Amino acid sequence: MSGPMTGPMTGGTAVVRLDGVGKTFQLADGSSTVALSGIDLSIGRGEFVSLIGPSGCGKSTLLRLIGDLTHPSTGSVTVNGKSATQARLGRDYGMVFQAPVLFEWRTVEDNVKLPLELSGMERAERSSRADEMLALVDLVDFARHHPYQLSGGMQQRVAIARALAFAPDILLMDEPFGALDEMTRERMNSEVLRIWEQTGITVVFVTHSIPEAVFLSSRVVVMSPRPGRITRVVDIDLPRPRGFDTRENRRYFELVTEVREALRGSDLSSASDGRLEAEGTIG
Amino acid sequence: MTTAERVRPRSRRLRVAVFVLFLMGLFVTWEVVKFVGGDPWRLGEWEWRPPVDIWFATDQNLPHVWDIAGALADPWRRNASDSLFVHLAGKAMYTWREAAIGFALGAVLGMGLAVAFVHSSIMERAFVPYVVASQTIPIVALAPMIVFFVGASVQAVVIIATYLTFFPVTIAMLRGLRSPDPRAMELMRSYAASRRMVLWKLRLPASLPYLFTALKITATASIVGAIIGEGPGGVHEGLGWSIIEFNQTYITAPERLWAAIFVTSLLGIGFYTLVRLVELRVLRSRPEASAG
Repeated sequence: MSGPMTGPMTGGTAVVRLDGVGKTFQLADGSSTVALSGIDLSIGRGEFVSLIGPSGCGKSTLLRLIGDLTHPSTGSVTVNGKSATQARLGRDYGMVFQAPVLFEWRTVEDNVKLPLELSGMERAERSSRADEMLALVDLVDFARHHPYQLSGGMQQRVAIARALAFAPDILLMDEPFGALDEMTRERMNSEVLRIWEQTGITVVFVTHSIPEAVFLSSRVVVMSPRPGRITRVVDIDLPRPRGFDTRENRRYFELVTEVREALRGSDLSSASDGRLEAEGTIG
Repeated sequence: MTTAERVRPRSRRLRVAVFVLFLMGLFVTWEVVKFVGGDPWRLGEWEWRPPVDIWFATDQNLPHVWDIAGALADPWRRNASDSLFVHLAGKAMYTWREAAIGFALGAVLGMGLAVAFVHSSIMERAFVPYVVASQTIPIVALAPMIVFFVGASVQAVVIIATYLTFFPVTIAMLRGLRSPDPRAMELMRSYAASRRMVLWKLRLPASLPYLFTALKITATASIVGAIIGEGPGGVHEGLGWSIIEFNQTYITAPERLWAAIFVTSLLGIGFYTLVRLVELRVLRSRPEASAG
Protein backbone atom coordinates (compact mmCIF):
# COMPACT_ATOMS: atom_id res chain seq x y z
CA MET A 1 0.00 0.00 0.00
CA SER A 2 1.35 3.42 -0.85
CA GLY A 3 1.89 5.92 1.96
CA PRO A 4 -0.42 8.80 2.53
CA MET A 5 2.07 11.34 1.18
CA THR A 6 2.30 9.84 -2.28
CA GLY A 7 -1.02 11.25 -3.34
CA PRO A 8 -4.08 9.69 -4.83
CA MET A 9 -4.75 6.01 -5.08
CA THR A 10 -7.75 4.07 -6.11
CA GLY A 11 -8.58 0.56 -5.00
CA GLY A 12 -6.46 -0.92 -2.24
CA THR A 13 -7.84 -0.45 1.25
CA ALA A 14 -11.01 1.55 1.17
CA VAL A 15 -11.40 4.20 3.87
CA VAL A 16 -15.03 4.72 2.94
CA ARG A 17 -17.22 2.06 1.37
CA LEU A 18 -20.83 2.51 0.38
CA ASP A 19 -22.76 -0.61 -0.65
CA GLY A 20 -26.19 -0.24 -2.18
CA VAL A 21 -26.89 2.88 -0.15
CA GLY A 22 -30.30 4.48 -0.51
CA LYS A 23 -31.98 7.27 1.39
CA THR A 24 -35.69 7.98 1.42
CA PHE A 25 -37.10 11.00 3.21
CA GLN A 26 -40.60 10.77 4.66
CA LEU A 27 -42.35 14.06 4.12
CA ALA A 28 -44.83 15.64 6.51
CA ASP A 29 -47.77 15.02 4.16
CA GLY A 30 -47.12 11.27 4.26
CA SER A 31 -45.46 11.01 0.88
CA SER A 32 -41.78 10.24 0.49
CA THR A 33 -38.96 11.25 -1.82
CA VAL A 34 -36.06 9.06 -2.81
CA ALA A 35 -32.96 11.23 -2.25
CA LEU A 36 -30.43 8.53 -3.06
CA SER A 37 -30.67 5.09 -4.54
CA GLY A 38 -28.23 2.28 -5.30
CA ILE A 39 -25.03 4.12 -4.35
CA ASP A 40 -21.89 1.98 -4.55
CA LEU A 41 -18.68 3.87 -3.96
CA SER A 42 -15.31 3.07 -2.55
CA ILE A 43 -12.87 5.79 -1.51
CA GLY A 44 -9.22 4.85 -0.95
CA ARG A 45 -6.86 6.23 1.67
CA GLY A 46 -5.47 9.64 0.74
CA GLU A 47 -7.88 10.14 -2.12
CA PHE A 48 -9.49 13.47 -2.94
CA VAL A 49 -12.98 12.68 -4.18
CA SER A 50 -15.44 15.33 -5.32
CA LEU A 51 -19.17 14.78 -5.51
CA ILE A 52 -20.74 16.95 -8.19
CA GLY A 53 -24.23 17.25 -9.58
CA PRO A 54 -27.20 19.54 -9.95
CA SER A 55 -29.28 20.65 -6.98
CA GLY A 56 -31.33 17.83 -5.56
CA CYS A 57 -28.97 15.06 -6.69
CA GLY A 58 -28.31 14.13 -3.08
CA LYS A 59 -24.61 14.95 -3.00
CA SER A 60 -24.86 16.67 0.37
CA THR A 61 -27.02 13.85 1.69
CA LEU A 62 -24.37 11.39 0.57
CA LEU A 63 -21.71 13.36 2.44
CA ARG A 64 -23.89 13.46 5.54
CA LEU A 65 -24.41 9.69 5.30
CA ILE A 66 -20.66 9.15 5.26
CA GLY A 67 -20.31 11.48 8.26
CA ASP A 68 -23.14 9.76 10.18
CA LEU A 69 -25.14 12.97 10.38
CA THR A 70 -28.02 11.01 8.85
CA HIS A 71 -28.62 7.29 8.41
CA PRO A 72 -29.17 5.32 5.20
CA SER A 73 -32.57 3.78 4.53
CA THR A 74 -30.97 0.86 2.71
CA GLY A 75 -27.43 -0.44 2.24
CA SER A 76 -24.40 0.12 4.44
CA VAL A 77 -21.73 2.73 5.02
CA THR A 78 -18.39 1.37 6.19
CA VAL A 79 -15.57 3.64 7.34
CA ASN A 80 -12.19 2.16 8.22
CA GLY A 81 -13.92 -1.21 8.56
CA LYS A 82 -16.39 0.19 11.11
CA SER A 83 -19.90 1.51 10.86
CA ALA A 84 -20.22 5.23 10.21
CA THR A 85 -21.54 5.71 13.76
CA GLN A 86 -18.53 3.95 15.28
CA ALA A 87 -16.27 6.05 13.08
CA ARG A 88 -17.98 9.25 14.27
CA LEU A 89 -17.75 8.23 17.91
CA GLY A 90 -14.09 7.40 17.24
CA ARG A 91 -13.68 10.96 15.92
CA ASP A 92 -12.61 9.93 12.44
CA TYR A 93 -14.25 12.91 10.75
CA GLY A 94 -13.49 16.56 10.27
CA MET A 95 -16.44 18.54 8.95
CA VAL A 96 -16.44 21.79 6.99
CA PHE A 97 -19.76 23.31 5.97
CA GLN A 98 -20.61 26.00 3.45
CA ALA A 99 -20.81 28.50 6.33
CA PRO A 100 -17.81 28.55 8.67
CA VAL A 101 -20.04 27.95 11.75
CA LEU A 102 -17.45 29.44 14.09
CA PHE A 103 -18.42 30.15 17.68
CA GLU A 104 -18.55 33.94 17.83
CA TRP A 105 -17.71 34.05 21.56
CA ARG A 106 -14.42 32.25 21.01
CA THR A 107 -11.25 33.64 19.52
CA VAL A 108 -9.88 32.09 16.35
CA GLU A 109 -7.45 30.07 18.46
CA ASP A 110 -10.16 28.88 20.85
CA ASN A 111 -12.37 27.86 17.95
CA VAL A 112 -9.59 25.63 16.69
CA LYS A 113 -9.16 24.23 20.20
CA LEU A 114 -12.86 23.32 20.53
CA PRO A 115 -12.60 19.76 19.18
CA LEU A 116 -9.44 19.24 21.24
CA GLU A 117 -11.26 20.22 24.43
CA LEU A 118 -13.98 17.72 23.56
CA SER A 119 -11.48 14.95 23.00
CA GLY A 120 -9.95 15.67 26.41
CA MET A 121 -6.52 16.76 25.23
CA GLU A 122 -4.17 18.37 27.77
CA ARG A 123 -4.16 22.17 27.84
CA ALA A 124 -0.52 22.58 26.79
CA GLU A 125 -0.92 20.09 23.99
CA ARG A 126 -4.08 21.86 22.84
CA SER A 127 -2.22 25.14 22.51
CA SER A 128 0.66 23.72 20.53
CA ARG A 129 -1.73 21.77 18.31
CA ALA A 130 -3.84 24.88 17.66
CA ASP A 131 -0.72 26.87 16.80
CA GLU A 132 0.29 24.15 14.38
CA MET A 133 -3.13 24.17 12.70
CA LEU A 134 -3.20 27.96 12.45
CA ALA A 135 0.23 27.84 10.86
CA LEU A 136 -1.11 25.31 8.38
CA VAL A 137 -3.86 27.69 7.24
CA ASP A 138 -1.57 30.71 7.58
CA LEU A 139 -3.57 32.51 10.28
CA VAL A 140 -1.08 32.62 13.16
CA ASP A 141 -1.31 36.41 13.30
CA PHE A 142 -5.05 36.25 13.81
CA ALA A 143 -5.09 33.74 16.68
CA ARG A 144 -6.54 36.24 19.17
CA HIS A 145 -9.05 37.80 16.79
CA HIS A 146 -12.72 37.05 16.93
CA PRO A 147 -14.48 35.49 13.94
CA TYR A 148 -16.46 38.63 13.07
CA GLN A 149 -13.19 40.47 12.57
CA LEU A 150 -12.15 38.14 9.72
CA SER A 151 -13.16 37.98 6.07
CA GLY A 152 -15.30 35.12 4.77
CA GLY A 153 -12.29 33.32 3.29
CA MET A 154 -10.31 33.64 6.50
CA GLN A 155 -13.24 32.36 8.54
CA GLN A 156 -13.44 29.33 6.28
CA ARG A 157 -9.72 28.73 6.79
CA VAL A 158 -10.33 28.75 10.54
CA ALA A 159 -13.08 26.18 9.97
CA ILE A 160 -10.60 24.01 8.05
CA ALA A 161 -7.99 24.35 10.81
CA ARG A 162 -10.64 23.35 13.35
CA ALA A 163 -11.70 20.36 11.24
CA LEU A 164 -8.11 19.15 11.02
CA ALA A 165 -7.27 19.84 14.68
CA PHE A 166 -7.61 16.34 16.05
CA ALA A 167 -6.05 14.83 12.96
CA PRO A 168 -9.16 13.08 11.68
CA ASP A 169 -8.91 10.35 9.09
CA ILE A 170 -11.39 11.87 6.71
CA LEU A 171 -12.18 15.47 5.88
CA LEU A 172 -15.77 15.98 4.76
CA MET A 173 -16.36 19.30 3.00
CA ASP A 174 -19.86 20.40 1.99
CA GLU A 175 -19.56 23.15 -0.63
CA PRO A 176 -17.01 24.88 1.60
CA PHE A 177 -16.24 27.69 -0.83
CA GLY A 178 -19.70 28.11 -2.33
CA ALA A 179 -20.21 31.44 -0.59
CA LEU A 180 -16.85 32.92 -1.60
CA ASP A 181 -16.03 35.07 -4.61
CA GLU A 182 -14.23 33.49 -7.54
CA MET A 183 -10.73 34.79 -6.73
CA THR A 184 -10.92 33.84 -3.08
CA ARG A 185 -12.26 30.46 -4.09
CA GLU A 186 -9.29 29.77 -6.39
CA ARG A 187 -6.89 30.79 -3.63
CA MET A 188 -8.73 28.52 -1.20
CA ASN A 189 -8.55 25.65 -3.70
CA SER A 190 -4.76 25.90 -3.83
CA GLU A 191 -4.70 26.14 -0.06
CA VAL A 192 -6.77 22.99 0.35
CA LEU A 193 -4.58 21.10 -2.10
CA ARG A 194 -1.47 22.17 -0.19
CA ILE A 195 -3.02 21.02 3.10
CA TRP A 196 -4.14 17.75 1.52
CA GLU A 197 -0.65 17.11 0.21
CA GLN A 198 0.92 17.98 3.56
CA THR A 199 -1.40 15.87 5.67
CA GLY A 200 -2.27 13.00 3.34
CA ILE A 201 -5.83 13.11 4.64
CA THR A 202 -8.70 11.55 2.70
CA VAL A 203 -11.06 14.25 1.44
CA VAL A 204 -14.67 13.98 0.30
CA PHE A 205 -15.65 17.28 -1.24
CA VAL A 206 -19.12 18.36 -2.35
CA THR A 207 -19.22 21.10 -4.96
CA HIS A 208 -21.29 22.39 -7.82
CA SER A 209 -18.32 23.94 -9.58
CA ILE A 210 -16.85 21.81 -12.38
CA PRO A 211 -13.47 23.62 -12.54
CA GLU A 212 -13.11 23.32 -8.79
CA ALA A 213 -13.87 19.59 -8.84
CA VAL A 214 -11.42 18.92 -11.67
CA PHE A 215 -8.66 21.07 -10.23
CA LEU A 216 -8.80 19.48 -6.78
CA SER A 217 -9.76 15.88 -7.19
CA SER A 218 -8.22 12.55 -7.88
CA ARG A 219 -11.71 11.38 -8.84
CA VAL A 220 -14.89 13.26 -9.65
CA VAL A 221 -18.15 11.46 -8.90
CA VAL A 222 -20.91 12.78 -11.15
CA MET A 223 -24.42 12.46 -9.78
CA SER A 224 -27.90 13.00 -11.16
CA PRO A 225 -31.19 13.71 -9.44
CA ARG A 226 -34.57 11.99 -9.07
CA PRO A 227 -33.53 9.67 -7.64
CA GLY A 228 -30.01 10.74 -6.64
CA ARG A 229 -27.51 8.29 -8.07
CA ILE A 230 -23.97 8.08 -9.42
CA THR A 231 -23.92 8.28 -13.21
CA ARG A 232 -20.23 8.48 -13.88
CA VAL A 233 -16.88 8.53 -12.11
CA VAL A 234 -14.19 10.53 -13.90
CA ASP A 235 -10.54 9.85 -13.00
CA ILE A 236 -8.56 13.07 -12.92
CA ASP A 237 -5.07 12.21 -14.13
CA LEU A 238 -3.64 15.72 -14.01
CA PRO A 239 -0.07 15.82 -12.73
CA ARG A 240 0.65 16.98 -9.18
CA PRO A 241 1.46 19.26 -7.58
CA ARG A 242 -1.22 21.32 -9.22
CA GLY A 243 -1.03 25.08 -9.40
CA PHE A 244 -1.78 28.01 -11.64
CA ASP A 245 -0.35 26.16 -14.66
CA THR A 246 -2.81 23.33 -14.11
CA ARG A 247 -5.73 25.56 -14.99
CA GLU A 248 -4.10 26.33 -18.36
CA ASN A 249 -3.24 22.74 -19.11
CA ARG A 250 -4.94 21.22 -22.21
CA ARG A 251 -5.73 18.03 -20.27
CA TYR A 252 -7.48 20.17 -17.64
CA PHE A 253 -9.84 21.57 -20.27
CA GLU A 254 -10.49 18.10 -21.66
CA LEU A 255 -11.41 16.85 -18.20
CA VAL A 256 -13.62 19.87 -17.49
CA THR A 257 -15.42 19.11 -20.75
CA GLU A 258 -15.68 15.46 -19.87
CA VAL A 259 -17.25 16.21 -16.49
CA ARG A 260 -19.55 18.79 -18.05
CA GLU A 261 -20.74 16.30 -20.64
CA ALA A 262 -21.21 13.64 -18.00
CA LEU A 263 -23.35 16.11 -16.08
CA ARG A 264 -25.32 17.10 -19.15
CA GLY A 265 -25.89 13.47 -20.05
CA SER A 266 -27.03 12.64 -16.55
CA ASP A 267 -29.22 15.67 -16.50
CA LEU A 268 -30.89 15.02 -19.84
CA SER A 269 -31.50 11.41 -19.02
CA SER A 270 -33.10 12.15 -15.69
CA ALA A 271 -35.15 15.28 -16.04
CA SER A 272 -36.15 17.94 -18.47
CA ASP A 273 -36.34 20.83 -16.05
CA GLY A 274 -32.75 20.64 -14.78
CA ARG A 275 -30.56 23.00 -16.72
CA LEU A 276 -26.82 23.47 -16.96
CA GLU A 277 -25.46 26.95 -16.81
CA ALA A 278 -22.75 28.14 -19.14
CA GLU A 279 -19.73 28.84 -16.96
CA GLY A 280 -19.31 25.37 -15.56
CA THR A 281 -21.39 26.00 -12.48
CA ILE A 282 -24.73 24.45 -11.86
CA GLY A 283 -27.25 26.42 -9.91
CA MET B 1 -12.72 46.89 16.93
CA THR B 2 -10.49 49.89 16.39
CA THR B 3 -13.35 51.96 15.02
CA ALA B 4 -15.53 50.97 17.95
CA GLU B 5 -12.83 52.04 20.40
CA ARG B 6 -12.37 55.33 18.69
CA VAL B 7 -16.09 56.09 18.66
CA ARG B 8 -16.87 54.99 22.20
CA PRO B 9 -15.67 57.92 24.41
CA ARG B 10 -17.37 60.45 22.20
CA SER B 11 -20.66 58.59 22.10
CA ARG B 12 -20.50 58.13 25.88
CA ARG B 13 -20.13 61.87 26.44
CA LEU B 14 -23.01 62.38 24.04
CA ARG B 15 -25.15 59.88 25.92
CA VAL B 16 -24.46 61.62 29.25
CA ALA B 17 -25.30 64.97 27.68
CA VAL B 18 -28.55 63.62 26.24
CA PHE B 19 -29.45 62.11 29.63
CA VAL B 20 -28.84 65.38 31.50
CA LEU B 21 -30.72 67.39 28.88
CA PHE B 22 -33.63 64.98 29.05
CA LEU B 23 -33.74 65.20 32.84
CA MET B 24 -33.72 68.99 32.70
CA GLY B 25 -36.43 68.87 30.04
CA LEU B 26 -38.49 66.65 32.31
CA PHE B 27 -38.21 69.11 35.21
CA VAL B 28 -39.06 72.05 32.98
CA THR B 29 -42.09 70.22 31.54
CA TRP B 30 -43.17 69.29 35.07
CA GLU B 31 -43.06 72.89 36.19
CA VAL B 32 -44.70 74.18 32.99
CA VAL B 33 -47.59 71.78 33.58
CA LYS B 34 -47.88 73.13 37.13
CA PHE B 35 -47.58 76.67 35.81
CA VAL B 36 -50.57 76.09 33.52
CA GLY B 37 -52.82 74.01 35.76
CA GLY B 38 -51.31 74.25 39.23
CA ASP B 39 -52.21 75.93 42.48
CA PRO B 40 -51.87 79.74 42.69
CA TRP B 41 -48.41 80.92 43.65
CA ARG B 42 -48.29 83.25 46.61
CA LEU B 43 -45.29 85.30 47.66
CA GLY B 44 -46.31 87.60 50.49
CA GLU B 45 -48.91 89.98 49.04
CA TRP B 46 -48.32 88.84 45.50
CA GLU B 47 -50.39 86.07 43.97
CA TRP B 48 -50.16 84.46 40.56
CA ARG B 49 -53.14 82.48 39.32
CA PRO B 50 -52.60 79.94 36.54
CA PRO B 51 -54.30 80.72 33.20
CA VAL B 52 -56.85 77.88 33.32
CA ASP B 53 -59.25 77.40 36.13
CA ILE B 54 -59.02 73.60 36.14
CA TRP B 55 -56.44 72.68 38.69
CA PHE B 56 -55.12 69.40 37.37
CA ALA B 57 -51.60 69.79 38.69
CA THR B 58 -52.15 70.94 42.24
CA ASP B 59 -49.49 70.82 44.92
CA GLN B 60 -51.49 67.87 46.22
CA ASN B 61 -51.22 65.59 43.20
CA LEU B 62 -48.08 67.04 41.61
CA PRO B 63 -45.78 68.78 44.08
CA HIS B 64 -43.13 71.20 42.84
CA VAL B 65 -39.79 69.68 41.89
CA TRP B 66 -38.12 71.85 44.53
CA ASP B 67 -40.62 70.74 47.17
CA ILE B 68 -39.71 67.12 46.47
CA ALA B 69 -36.01 68.01 46.48
CA GLY B 70 -36.56 69.94 49.72
CA ALA B 71 -38.32 66.96 51.30
CA LEU B 72 -35.38 64.76 50.35
CA ALA B 73 -32.93 67.21 51.93
CA ASP B 74 -34.96 67.77 55.15
CA PRO B 75 -34.49 65.54 58.20
CA TRP B 76 -36.59 62.45 57.65
CA ARG B 77 -38.45 63.17 60.88
CA ARG B 78 -38.34 65.86 63.53
CA ASN B 79 -34.90 66.13 65.15
CA ALA B 80 -33.49 63.29 63.07
CA SER B 81 -29.90 63.77 61.95
CA ASP B 82 -30.37 61.90 58.63
CA SER B 83 -32.05 63.56 55.69
CA LEU B 84 -35.02 61.82 54.06
CA PHE B 85 -32.79 60.91 51.13
CA VAL B 86 -30.22 59.19 53.33
CA HIS B 87 -33.05 57.51 55.26
CA LEU B 88 -34.70 56.25 52.04
CA ALA B 89 -31.35 55.23 50.57
CA GLY B 90 -30.84 52.95 53.55
CA LYS B 91 -34.30 51.48 53.04
CA ALA B 92 -33.54 51.12 49.34
CA MET B 93 -30.43 49.09 50.13
CA TYR B 94 -32.53 46.80 52.32
CA THR B 95 -35.12 46.35 49.57
CA TRP B 96 -32.35 45.83 47.07
CA ARG B 97 -30.91 42.99 49.13
CA GLU B 98 -34.31 41.27 49.18
CA ALA B 99 -34.75 41.88 45.46
CA ALA B 100 -31.22 40.72 44.64
CA ILE B 101 -31.65 37.44 46.52
CA GLY B 102 -35.00 36.87 44.83
CA PHE B 103 -33.44 37.85 41.50
CA ALA B 104 -30.60 35.38 41.95
CA LEU B 105 -32.92 32.57 43.03
CA GLY B 106 -35.31 33.35 40.19
CA ALA B 107 -32.46 33.39 37.68
CA VAL B 108 -31.17 30.03 38.89
CA LEU B 109 -34.69 28.54 38.90
CA GLY B 110 -35.42 29.99 35.45
CA MET B 111 -32.16 28.72 33.98
CA GLY B 112 -32.65 25.31 35.58
CA LEU B 113 -36.13 24.97 34.12
CA ALA B 114 -34.91 26.07 30.68
CA VAL B 115 -32.04 23.54 30.74
CA ALA B 116 -34.47 20.81 31.80
CA PHE B 117 -36.98 21.77 29.11
CA VAL B 118 -34.43 21.90 26.31
CA HIS B 119 -33.33 18.37 27.10
CA SER B 120 -36.71 16.82 27.70
CA SER B 121 -39.69 17.59 25.55
CA ILE B 122 -41.79 15.51 27.95
CA MET B 123 -40.86 17.81 30.81
CA GLU B 124 -41.43 20.82 28.62
CA ARG B 125 -44.89 19.67 27.61
CA ALA B 126 -45.74 18.69 31.16
CA PHE B 127 -44.53 21.80 32.98
CA VAL B 128 -44.73 24.78 30.65
CA PRO B 129 -48.53 25.14 30.99
CA TYR B 130 -48.14 25.38 34.77
CA VAL B 131 -45.29 27.82 34.48
CA VAL B 132 -47.44 30.00 32.24
CA ALA B 133 -50.49 29.59 34.49
CA SER B 134 -48.42 30.64 37.49
CA GLN B 135 -47.75 33.96 35.81
CA THR B 136 -51.41 34.77 35.27
CA ILE B 137 -52.07 34.77 39.03
CA PRO B 138 -51.83 38.41 40.17
CA ILE B 139 -49.08 38.95 42.67
CA VAL B 140 -51.48 40.80 44.99
CA ALA B 141 -53.53 37.60 45.24
CA LEU B 142 -50.51 35.39 45.67
CA ALA B 143 -48.55 37.49 48.17
CA PRO B 144 -50.92 36.91 51.14
CA MET B 145 -50.89 33.17 50.40
CA ILE B 146 -47.10 33.09 50.42
CA VAL B 147 -47.18 34.96 53.74
CA PHE B 148 -49.54 32.29 55.07
CA PHE B 149 -47.11 29.58 54.04
CA VAL B 150 -43.80 30.98 55.25
CA GLY B 151 -45.01 33.58 57.74
CA ALA B 152 -44.70 37.34 57.59
CA SER B 153 -40.99 37.62 57.02
CA VAL B 154 -38.20 38.59 54.69
CA GLN B 155 -38.41 35.07 53.24
CA ALA B 156 -41.91 35.82 51.96
CA VAL B 157 -40.61 38.96 50.26
CA VAL B 158 -37.73 37.04 48.66
CA ILE B 159 -40.11 34.37 47.37
CA ILE B 160 -42.29 37.03 45.76
CA ALA B 161 -39.26 38.61 44.08
CA THR B 162 -38.18 35.14 42.89
CA TYR B 163 -41.65 34.52 41.54
CA LEU B 164 -41.52 37.67 39.42
CA THR B 165 -38.03 36.83 38.13
CA PHE B 166 -38.00 33.21 37.03
CA PHE B 167 -40.55 33.28 34.22
CA PRO B 168 -38.91 35.74 31.81
CA VAL B 169 -35.60 33.98 32.49
CA THR B 170 -37.10 30.57 31.66
CA ILE B 171 -38.65 31.74 28.40
CA ALA B 172 -35.65 33.76 27.18
CA MET B 173 -33.16 31.12 28.26
CA LEU B 174 -35.08 28.36 26.49
CA ARG B 175 -35.03 30.44 23.34
CA GLY B 176 -31.30 31.06 23.80
CA LEU B 177 -30.47 27.41 24.40
CA ARG B 178 -32.23 26.62 21.14
CA SER B 179 -30.56 29.44 19.21
CA PRO B 180 -27.43 27.66 17.90
CA ASP B 181 -27.24 27.14 14.15
CA PRO B 182 -28.32 23.54 13.31
CA ARG B 183 -24.94 23.12 11.63
CA ALA B 184 -23.21 24.01 14.89
CA MET B 185 -25.19 21.18 16.47
CA GLU B 186 -24.09 18.89 13.64
CA LEU B 187 -20.52 20.00 14.15
CA MET B 188 -20.75 18.98 17.80
CA ARG B 189 -22.29 15.71 16.70
CA SER B 190 -19.39 15.10 14.33
CA TYR B 191 -17.05 15.58 17.32
CA ALA B 192 -19.05 12.93 19.19
CA ALA B 193 -19.76 15.54 21.88
CA SER B 194 -21.92 14.44 24.81
CA ARG B 195 -25.11 16.32 25.69
CA ARG B 196 -23.31 17.86 28.63
CA MET B 197 -20.53 19.10 26.36
CA VAL B 198 -23.06 20.48 23.87
CA LEU B 199 -24.68 22.32 26.78
CA TRP B 200 -21.44 23.77 28.15
CA LYS B 201 -19.60 24.54 24.94
CA LEU B 202 -22.44 25.55 22.66
CA ARG B 203 -25.92 25.99 24.13
CA LEU B 204 -25.00 27.99 27.24
CA PRO B 205 -22.60 30.43 25.56
CA ALA B 206 -25.11 30.91 22.74
CA SER B 207 -27.90 31.61 25.25
CA LEU B 208 -26.09 34.35 27.16
CA PRO B 209 -27.34 37.33 25.11
CA TYR B 210 -30.90 36.06 25.58
CA LEU B 211 -30.31 35.45 29.28
CA PHE B 212 -29.08 39.00 29.82
CA THR B 213 -32.09 40.44 28.02
CA ALA B 214 -34.30 38.62 30.53
CA LEU B 215 -32.09 39.58 33.48
CA LYS B 216 -32.36 43.26 32.58
CA ILE B 217 -36.15 42.95 32.58
CA THR B 218 -36.24 41.02 35.83
CA ALA B 219 -33.77 43.30 37.63
CA THR B 220 -36.52 45.92 37.81
CA ALA B 221 -39.31 43.36 38.21
CA SER B 222 -37.61 41.86 41.26
CA ILE B 223 -37.56 45.30 42.93
CA VAL B 224 -41.26 45.74 42.22
CA GLY B 225 -41.82 42.28 43.68
CA ALA B 226 -39.85 43.08 46.84
CA ILE B 227 -41.68 46.39 47.35
CA ILE B 228 -45.09 44.79 46.87
CA GLY B 229 -44.10 41.91 49.14
CA GLU B 230 -43.03 44.11 52.04
CA GLY B 231 -46.64 45.08 52.80
CA PRO B 232 -48.18 41.63 53.30
CA GLY B 233 -44.80 40.35 54.46
CA GLY B 234 -44.82 42.88 57.30
CA VAL B 235 -41.24 43.88 56.59
CA HIS B 236 -40.71 47.42 57.87
CA GLU B 237 -37.09 47.98 56.92
CA GLY B 238 -37.56 48.48 53.18
CA LEU B 239 -38.86 51.02 50.69
CA GLY B 240 -42.20 49.23 50.39
CA TRP B 241 -43.11 50.06 53.95
CA SER B 242 -42.05 53.68 53.51
CA ILE B 243 -44.29 53.89 50.48
CA ILE B 244 -47.21 52.52 52.50
CA GLU B 245 -46.52 55.05 55.28
CA PHE B 246 -46.18 57.99 52.91
CA ASN B 247 -49.39 56.94 51.20
CA GLN B 248 -51.16 57.27 54.54
CA THR B 249 -49.74 60.75 55.12
CA TYR B 250 -50.14 61.83 51.51
CA ILE B 251 -52.71 64.52 52.31
CA THR B 252 -50.32 66.40 54.58
CA ALA B 253 -47.03 65.63 52.84
CA PRO B 254 -47.46 64.51 49.22
CA GLU B 255 -43.86 65.39 48.36
CA ARG B 256 -42.63 62.62 50.66
CA LEU B 257 -44.34 59.92 48.57
CA TRP B 258 -42.95 61.48 45.41
CA ALA B 259 -39.53 61.46 47.05
CA ALA B 260 -39.93 57.75 47.81
CA ILE B 261 -40.94 57.11 44.20
CA PHE B 262 -37.86 59.02 43.07
CA VAL B 263 -35.58 56.91 45.26
CA THR B 264 -37.31 53.72 44.05
CA SER B 265 -36.64 54.74 40.46
CA LEU B 266 -32.99 55.37 41.29
CA LEU B 267 -32.82 51.87 42.78
CA GLY B 268 -34.36 50.37 39.64
CA ILE B 269 -31.99 52.26 37.35
CA GLY B 270 -29.07 51.27 39.57
CA PHE B 271 -29.90 47.56 39.53
CA TYR B 272 -30.55 47.61 35.79
CA THR B 273 -27.23 49.37 35.20
CA LEU B 274 -25.42 46.83 37.36
CA VAL B 275 -26.81 43.95 35.28
CA ARG B 276 -25.98 45.86 32.10
CA LEU B 277 -22.37 46.33 33.23
CA VAL B 278 -22.06 42.62 33.98
CA GLU B 279 -23.52 41.93 30.54
CA LEU B 280 -20.99 44.21 28.86
CA ARG B 281 -18.21 42.45 30.71
CA VAL B 282 -19.42 38.92 29.97
CA LEU B 283 -20.30 39.58 26.33
CA ARG B 284 -17.43 41.99 25.67
CA SER B 285 -15.93 39.89 22.90
CA ARG B 286 -19.12 39.58 20.91
CA PRO B 287 -20.02 41.83 18.00
CA GLU B 288 -23.49 42.64 19.35
CA ALA B 289 -22.32 43.37 22.90
CA SER B 290 -22.45 47.14 22.48
CA ALA B 291 -26.10 46.96 21.46
CA GLY B 292 -28.58 47.57 24.27
